[in-house]
Order: sequence, then C-alpha cells, then structure tokens
Amino acid sequence: MTAVRAILFVPELALVLAMPPMLMSVIAKTKAWFGGRVGPPWLQPYYDLHKLIQKHAVYSKTTTWVFRAGPIVSLAALLTAATLIPVLSNESLMGFSGDVILLAYLLALGRMFTVLAAMDTGSSFEGMGASREVTFGAMSEPALFLAFVVMAVATKSLQLSEMIGPGLLLEWRIAGPAMILVAGALFVVLLTETCRVPVDDPATHLELTMIHEVMVLDHSGPEFAFITYGIALKFTLLGSILIHAAIPHSQEIGLFGSTLRIAELGVLAVLVGVVESATARLRLNRIPMFLAGATVLSAIAVVLVLMRRTG
Amino acid sequence: MRTPVNGCDWLTVRQGERADIDSVPRVEPDAFAEHVAAARGRGERLAQLFGRRMPDGGVVLHAFVADDREGTMKVCRSELRRSDGRPLQYPSVTGRWPAAQAFEREIAEQYGVHPIGHPWLKPLRYHATDDGSPAPWGAFDPNKPIPGDYPFYRVDGDEVHEVAVGPVHAGIIEPGHFRFQCHGEEVLHLEIALGYQHRGAEPLLLHRNATRSAIVAETLAGDASVGHALAYCTALESLAGAAVGVRAHAIRGIALELERLANHVGDLGALCNDVAFLPGASFLGRLRGEFLNLTLEICGNRFGRNLLRPGGVLFDIPPEMADGLHSRLDRLQPEVVRVLDMMFEQSSVLARFEGTGVLSQEQSEEIGLVGPVARASGCMRDVRHDFPHGVFQFSHLPVATETTGDVYARAAVRWLEVQRSMEFLLELLGNLPSGRTFAAPGPLCPNAVAFGLSETWRGEAMHVAFTDDAGKLAFVKAKDPSLHNWFGLALALRGVPISDFPLCNKSFNLSYAGHDL
Repeated sequence: MTAVRAILFVPELALVLAMPPMLMSVIAKTKAWFGGRVGPPWLQPYYDLHKLIQKHAVYSKTTTWVFRAGPIVSLAALLTAATLIPVLSNESLMGFSGDVILLAYLLALGRMFTVLAAMDTGSSFEGMGASREVTFGAMSEPALFLAFVVMAVATKSLQLSEMIGPGLLLEWRIAGPAMILVAGALFVVLLTETCRVPVDDPATHLELTMIHEVMVLDHSGPEFAFITYGIALKFTLLGSILIHAAIPHSQEIGLFGSTLRIAELGVLAVLVGVVESATARLRLNRIPMFLAGATVLSAIAVVLVLMRRTG
Repeated sequence: MRTPVNGCDWLTVRQGERADIDSVPRVEPDAFAEHVAAARGRGERLAQLFGRRMPDGGVVLHAFVADDREGTMKVCRSELRRSDGRPLQYPSVTGRWPAAQAFEREIAEQYGVHPIGHPWLKPLRYHATDDGSPAPWGAFDPNKPIPGDYPFYRVDGDEVHEVAVGPVHAGIIEPGHFRFQCHGEEVLHLEIALGYQHRGAEPLLLHRNATRSAIVAETLAGDASVGHALAYCTALESLAGAAVGVRAHAIRGIALELERLANHVGDLGALCNDVAFLPGASFLGRLRGEFLNLTLEICGNRFGRNLLRPGGVLFDIPPEMADGLHSRLDRLQPEVVRVLDMMFEQSSVLARFEGTGVLSQEQSEEIGLVGPVARASGCMRDVRHDFPHGVFQFSHLPVATETTGDVYARAAVRWLEVQRSMEFLLELLGNLPSGRTFAAPGPLCPNAVAFGLSETWRGEAMHVAFTDDAGKLAFVKAKDPSLHNWFGLALALRGVPISDFPLCNKSFNLSYAGHDL
C-alpha cells in the first residue's frame, strides 16, 4: 500500500461511507411502490440521522458503561471492517493474508456488544431479542464461512480483496454452479445479518416479534444514530461482498467499474425491497431451517470446488 | 307481555318482546348455580349474567341463556339478601360452567358479592364496589399499582421467564396489560389484565333523554358503534313496544354490514402487516377507508355515529344516494376479491396463519366464545341467523364457519363474511323498501325488562334494559362480545411462540373499551 494509493482512496471511502442511507432509501421506495404509495423522501434516512445526532441520549438508571459502549463498539467494528472490504473498486484500503478471519470476528464483535448492551438494560424484551440475535447469528455464520472457503479455494488466497477479486472470473467459467450456490447463500446471510424480511421485519412496531429492533429499543439520540447508520453500513458491506462474488469485474475496468458497482448495489437494494414486498415473514421457529438451507448451499459449493481441484 | 311457562323455571323471551319484571322466575341463591349450569347440558349458551342492586341493599342476579336453535332467550333471577352482616354470597356458576367466569368476576367487583367456589376470582376492571364494601379479594385501593397486582396463575422455575407488555403499547391501540409466562420462546400461560378504559359507561346509558343515551351506547366500543347502537335501540324499542319501519330496519342493516366490512377488511390488512406482507397491508388499508367513506356518505360520520336512534334512523338514503352507493360498492367488490385472493394464495402468508393459536370447538363452547372467533372453531353462532330481527328477518345471511380454529380460520371466516356482506348490501341497496325512517317511540312500559341483540363484527352485543314503576329507564346492562372472547385469546396462546402473539391478538382484535365499559 503506497501513500499515493491511500490518498486516492479518500474520495472512494467518503463515497462508501455516504452511500448506506441512500440504499435504505432505495429499499423503502421499492416497498412503497409495491404498496401503491409514494414513500418517504429519498433523503429521509439522512434527515433521520441528522435529527438523532442533535438529540441527547437518555440512559436508564439500571444500565452501565456496557450499554453506552454497545453502539460505539459496534459502529467502530463495522468501520474497521469497511477498510477490509472492496466496495467500489477491486481493492480495499487495508488487506493482508487472513484478513477474512478478522472480518468475520469484527462482525461478531459488533454483534456481541449490541447483545451485551441489550442485556445490560435488564428488559425482558431486549433479553428476548438478544437471545434471538445470537441464535440466528450463530446459524448464519457457517454459511458465510463456507462461502469464504469456496472463494479461498478458488482464488488460492486468504485476503478478502483477492478472494472476491478478478480471480473469481475464472471460477465462474469453470465452476459456475458452485458460484451460483455461493451467491444464494450470501444473499440469505445478507438478509439475516441486516434484519430484513423474511428473517426480521425492520418496519414492525410489535416488540414481541422483533429481533434486531427490540435489542436497541432503549438506545436514543446519537447512539441510536450510530445503530441506524451501522445497520445501513453493514448492508452496504455485506452487499458488496455478495456482488463482488457474484459479478467479478476484471482488473482493467477502471473508473467505469466504480459507477457500475454503485448501480449494482442499487439493484441489490431493489431486489431486497422486492423480496420484502412479495413475501411474508417466516415464523420465528422456521428461520433456523432457512439458515440451515443457506449453510447447505455453501457446503455443496465447497464440495463442488474441492471435487474439481482434486478430481 | 310474556309470562313464565308453566312448570318451567325460565321465562322465555324473544328479541323484540318485553317481559314483566315480576314474571321472571325466582331461583333460590343456593340452587342458582345448578339451575343456570343445567342449561349448558341442554346445549344452550350463557349470554348474560349480571347483578342489579336493590334499594334494600340486596343484589338480584339475572341470568340470560340463549337457545340459538330456537332463537329464544331464557331468563331467571335470584335475590341475594343481606343477613346478619355477612357479605352477600352464592355458590359460583363458573365451577360448573367456565363461560360464566368474567360475569361473576364483574358481579363480585361491582357489588362485593362472593361467588363461592369461583376458580379464578380476581378483579376484572379495578374499581371500587358501588357501596364501598370490600370485594372478595379485599378493599379497592386506588393508590396501589394496577398491572398484574393480584395473584394469578404463574409458572416458576429457573428456565421460566415473565414478559410484561403494556399497558402502553407501541402501536396506536388501547391500553391493556399482558403477562406472558414463557419458557424460551414458548408461552406457557398468558394473563390479561384489563380495566384501564373503565369509564363507568353503563350508568350513563340511563340518561332521561334517550338521544343522549344512544350517543353513549355508540361509544361503548367505538369501532362497533352501529352494532351497539342497534342492540341498545332494539332493547328500548322493545320496552316501548314501538314498531320500527322496514326502511329504517334496512338502513340499520346497511350500516351494520358496512361497519362489518370496514373492520373485517381493515383487520385482514392488519394481519398482513403483522406477517410483513406489504401489498396486502397497503391495499386492504386503503379499502377499509373506502367502506368507512360509504358510511360517511350516509350519515356524515365514518363510524356511523348519530345514525341509529330508538325509533328508527336519523338519516335516510335517498334513491340517488342508494344508486351512488350501489355503484361504488359494485366497483369495490372485484377489487376486494382480487386483493383477498392474492393474500389467501400467498403461501408465505398461509404458512404463518395455519396452525397458529388453535382453539378447539370444545374449548370454544366451554368458555362461551361468540362471533367470528367462535365460528372459526366450528360453532354455528350468528345473531343475524339465530335471533333474526329487523332486516335480517327477510334476507338470510348464511353463517360462515371454519373448523380449524387457528389464525387462518379466523381470517377465512372474515373473508367469507366480507363476500357475503357485500352481496347482501348490493341486493339491499338495489331495492330499498319504502316507508318512514323515524317515529319517536312512545313511553316505555313500566316494570318491564327487554333485551337487544346484534351481531357486531366482533360478535354478539347485548343490551338489557329495565324500567321502574314510572316507566323510566332504571337499569341498563351492556355487553360487548369482547367480554366473552378475551379469555379465548389467553387460551389460544398456550404453547404458541411468543413472537406469534401479535398475530393471534390481531386475529381476535378484541375491544378494550367494550370490555372495560
């Protein structure tokens, strides 16, 4: 990583960090269109963040520093993860062999602190949400890890930016079916990790049915802005992993590639909006099957690529 | 005037008739429970059980038992008198017939009467007794925190946890407190504590000016304004012996069915919303508004307020308006059918509805459920069919039933009722009978009792009215179907994942205000 490269990265990183709320807007507009409504203004997520930042946070007397640390650590973990994941170009700000493990544990760290903050409130609602989050998080992790295994084997690298880089172009040519399975599994992981239908319902007001939302009920003000922004950022990052794996760009594509990536993220957001509009949410006790299905997809993909390598 | 049938300890009254108060057979308090519970064995249904304070400090219990097959109501009473300073008491009906549980808790709370042997004796609405005497669970203390502050069925153990919801909820709904005894995600028991909406509405129904009372009747449960107004008007008209014109009856029927349509369609949309099925929620939400607007057209109020009054209706439907309503309904019908078809064909929606919150027919009968909830469990029970009055004497609406008793069945019953109500309205609007719409009812018959029943969209609403020697209204007892059905919701939740509670709750969609009065 040269200094020049780092400087060039500044506008790209700024764009990556500014984009997430807009993707949430795309989902909201898609859902509104399906419902025959106009939907909120395009910039509404930004207005919301602006409003929350200006507010004061309210803390319950039963909470400790863990509660305050939760949103900050979660957002920090995601921002760190953002430096490892290529979003608009084929390169990430940082990268080293094995960073994919760091990425997985950064995501886990963020989740752990959100869960601890929820448990810290002592509310039965938040405890319920925390238990659901941990259960489903643990079930989506194998799908993500096995998908990483496929790409690591395919590209012979353990650095994320290379694993989902141009090296996959060849893999799509020789092992297309395996890559399709990986893309499917990553899509399920995306829906689960970013609390979308059919796993969670980000729009519901019913605490008893919530997973993620119920964990953050007690957060307010700037900390709630961190959480809201964090979930949008997570969508952008996991979405990027998915589209980089699904549609690898060759190295020569240049600036046009970045524009294409933005469009692809937009299409992904529309797709998520379509899924949310066209299906109802799964019953809570069916979600493990849904996630097990994603793991099975990844596992089959692993078998397919390994068979190809050995046979 | 009806007199008791010889050799029978029940007085049989039909809807629209009145009875002399003294003709209601008396039963000894000690024999009352057995006498009332015997009706259960005959396949009859407990429609009302209430007490009325007498000037001498005693309380008269009245039991109204419905014979749905014959379309008759059977009445008996029992007089509890104070003796040597002991609190009023009688053997409880609930032990023999669980359907009486809410009624007896109400009697205990209102008058400090002890129903001996009631298995779940606890407050119903949290208020003091009428004479300040202590209720069986102790004197009323307004300073004590209310929610769940009484002994109720609890589950203990290291792995069991309790979730408290309400009385302030996240949505725009009424207040109520729910305590879930949970093992992980599974609900072992749900305790429902209501009473936050208690306004003391029943005494307000006694206003000398019948118009004022009708306004109160309309607000007992705001989303069933027409249904309650209809039951109230029927009771008063029966007391007055007033004949209501066929045109007024027809307009009342139209308003009642429009109310049913708006609420059923709105609730089906809300069910979609609860399972995150967006198109259903959006389209049905809009269609609910369309039906409310049809009622608005008729009387200037989307909930049908000020339309029904004892003696008829205050607003006529002129021919050009009838044509307009007919053509709008004609246009709405295929739209509603299309959206509901889409909803009921969506497998992800059905996967959430089917098998969720099951109530068996046996359970339904035992706890005396009414309305679409009872019909979803296979109970043939519909006031429009069993106690036809007014326009329903002439057009017979088939009773919509399902058998599975789950959220799906409750939704499907409403879907069927939506279709049948629309057909009924199209037919009725096409040929409205002519005649007067209002004639002030004459003076009320003194010392009489009469009742009014109506099938609101939630089920059977019942108003019982008594007059005194001077022919003035002396006592009115109102019942919303929710009083029967809240217990059903608690029962349906057993063994259901707690995340499905909102869905089950919406499939019942009971009234808090109607319960709390």
